[in-house]
Amino acid sequence: MTVLEARNVSKRFGGIAAVDGMSFSVAAGEILGLIGPNGAGKTTMFDLLAGSVGVSAGEIRLMGQDVTTLPAHRRLAGGMGRTFQIPRPFPELSLIDNMLLARQDQTGERLWANFTAPRRIAAEERAARDKALALLDLVALRRLADDPARVLSGGQRKLLELARVMMADPKVVLLDEPAAGVNPSLLEVLIDRIREINASGVTFVLIEHNIDMVSRLCHRVLVMASGALLCEGTPDVVARDPRVIEAYLGGTPA
Amino acid sequence: MIDLLGYAAFFTSSALIFALITLGLNLQWGQTGLFNVGIAGFVAIGAYTSAILTTPEAADRIGGFDWPILAGWLAAALVTAAAAAFTGFATLRLKSDYLAITTFGVAVVVQLVALNAQGLTGGPFGVAFIPRPFASLQDQPALFNFINLGVIAAVTVAVYLALEHLSRSPWGRVLKALREDERAAISLGKSARSYRIQAFAAGGAVMGLAGAVQAHFIGFIAPNGYLPTLTFQVWAMLMVGGSGSNKGAILGSIVVWAIWVGAGAFSAAVVPGDWQARAASLQIVAIGVMLCLILLWRPQGFFGKRRG
Ligand SMILES: Nc1ncnc2c1ncn2[C@@H]1O[C@H](COP(=O)(O)OP(=O)(O)O)[C@@H](O)[C@H]1O
Ligand SMILES: [Mg+2]
Repeated sequence: MTVLEARNVSKRFGGIAAVDGMSFSVAAGEILGLIGPNGAGKTTMFDLLAGSVGVSAGEIRLMGQDVTTLPAHRRLAGGMGRTFQIPRPFPELSLIDNMLLARQDQTGERLWANFTAPRRIAAEERAARDKALALLDLVALRRLADDPARVLSGGQRKLLELARVMMADPKVVLLDEPAAGVNPSLLEVLIDRIREINASGVTFVLIEHNIDMVSRLCHRVLVMASGALLCEGTPDVVARDPRVIEAYLGGTPA
Repeated sequence: MIDLLGYAAFFTSSALIFALITLGLNLQWGQTGLFNVGIAGFVAIGAYTSAILTTPEAADRIGGFDWPILAGWLAAALVTAAAAAFTGFATLRLKSDYLAITTFGVAVVVQLVALNAQGLTGGPFGVAFIPRPFASLQDQPALFNFINLGVIAAVTVAVYLALEHLSRSPWGRVLKALREDERAAISLGKSARSYRIQAFAAGGAVMGLAGAVQAHFIGFIAPNGYLPTLTFQVWAMLMVGGSGSNKGAILGSIVVWAIWVGAGAFSAAVVPGDWQARAASLQIVAIGVMLCLILLWRPQGFFGKRRG
């Protein structure tokens, strides 16, 4: 079954096509890698999938629905979550508040309900809090739960973002360079967690420069260069493809 | 002695009505970053709504409808919230830049309507005979002053507690998140525009309620009670008290109102009669000096958090 699909998607900034006619589909349960040299258009592709940037042409389908014009804030409830290349925690909010914000369809986020349904809100908050603490535990951040997110290191921010998006019970998660800036021991935590979450049925699309991580995690890899799909295959086949090697060596300057 | 206490009650009542308006602005600006330069317009909408609904029938204009005072206040909050929501809905597409200019326009339009729609608003003469709460006690001025203070203080405390409750609620948490990182909040399913409109409308409701309370406290209203000076005063109150803090909004209102009243009394005592009209601007100067001092000495205001 296909959970996410791009059909001939393009994005032009001024005269430059950052993404140029990309088509691919993501099968339920897989971990799909998206690699390519700097400036290839990978992050822009994520922005298009997540709706934070509108497409110039093409169509995006999520769980079989056309979501091309669905606003970005509706896509998480639709089953797709994302993290950012440069992590974006809410720095002055505690880790636990960061986590609680990702829960979908919370009664307490409706203004008036705070005066009419305080018990229901308290119960939902308690349940969400338990889930948040369990997830923070999973990424080794539980002891910092009440600290503001600004105290976190770059690698910890990446882990927080992963845990945070999981609060929404997404079906598919887009991870933009999750290993960048993560130290080797945290990296092992990260890889294990992604594997576990994937084993529980969550699909991942993963932008990553760390080839070791890609070959350990990904079932299949897409290679992008100059906004277009260069080739696809299993990690070791792709790594040996001369076109890929050339794109990395001779392509766009980093 | 009774006189002095009576005056203290009157002063505090006036200051607390400003505190209500400032609490509304704190929700809009302090907690959501929405720039409202048409405060006077929203206060006027609340004042006129309640006045028209609660006054006894008048021959020369539509209404009054003789509603109970509380019903008038509730309607004032709702109508002003609707006006604010509409303003927000029309302008808050992605960025909040257009809002400021539009709110200024709202204030001008409201002022013009109040002045010219004589059949509804009484035109330049305004609306009189607005019922006062506990009017039966009016022949005991001291007691009446204190009852008025009690009513206004009760409304202020209720609004303060409601706003504190909201700012600690999951709803308030979304506002904080949107202020800290809008893109991240959107990626987590929060609609920036919807929350901005909600906060603007809720702040508007508080301003409208304040306008209504003030109208019933004074007993009559006229268009010149809602000039841009009012907007300026409320902004000064929030800046002095500390943007973002509900406590600050209340304290700032009392301090700035004291300076305003003090400067007025001073110029009345010192400035010769034929210069009095011009001396009124001394009050604005006094507030301006106060603002400069605060900005130099404590830019975040009394209770504001320094944002880095
Ligand atoms: N908002 C934007 N405006 C203009 N150009 C952009 C914008 N975002 C990305 N680009 C350009 O699009 C190209 C692809 O960028 P990006 O998607 O970040 O690549 P990658 O993530 O593969 O390194 C780059 O040339 C970049 O400069
Ligand atoms: Mg990138």
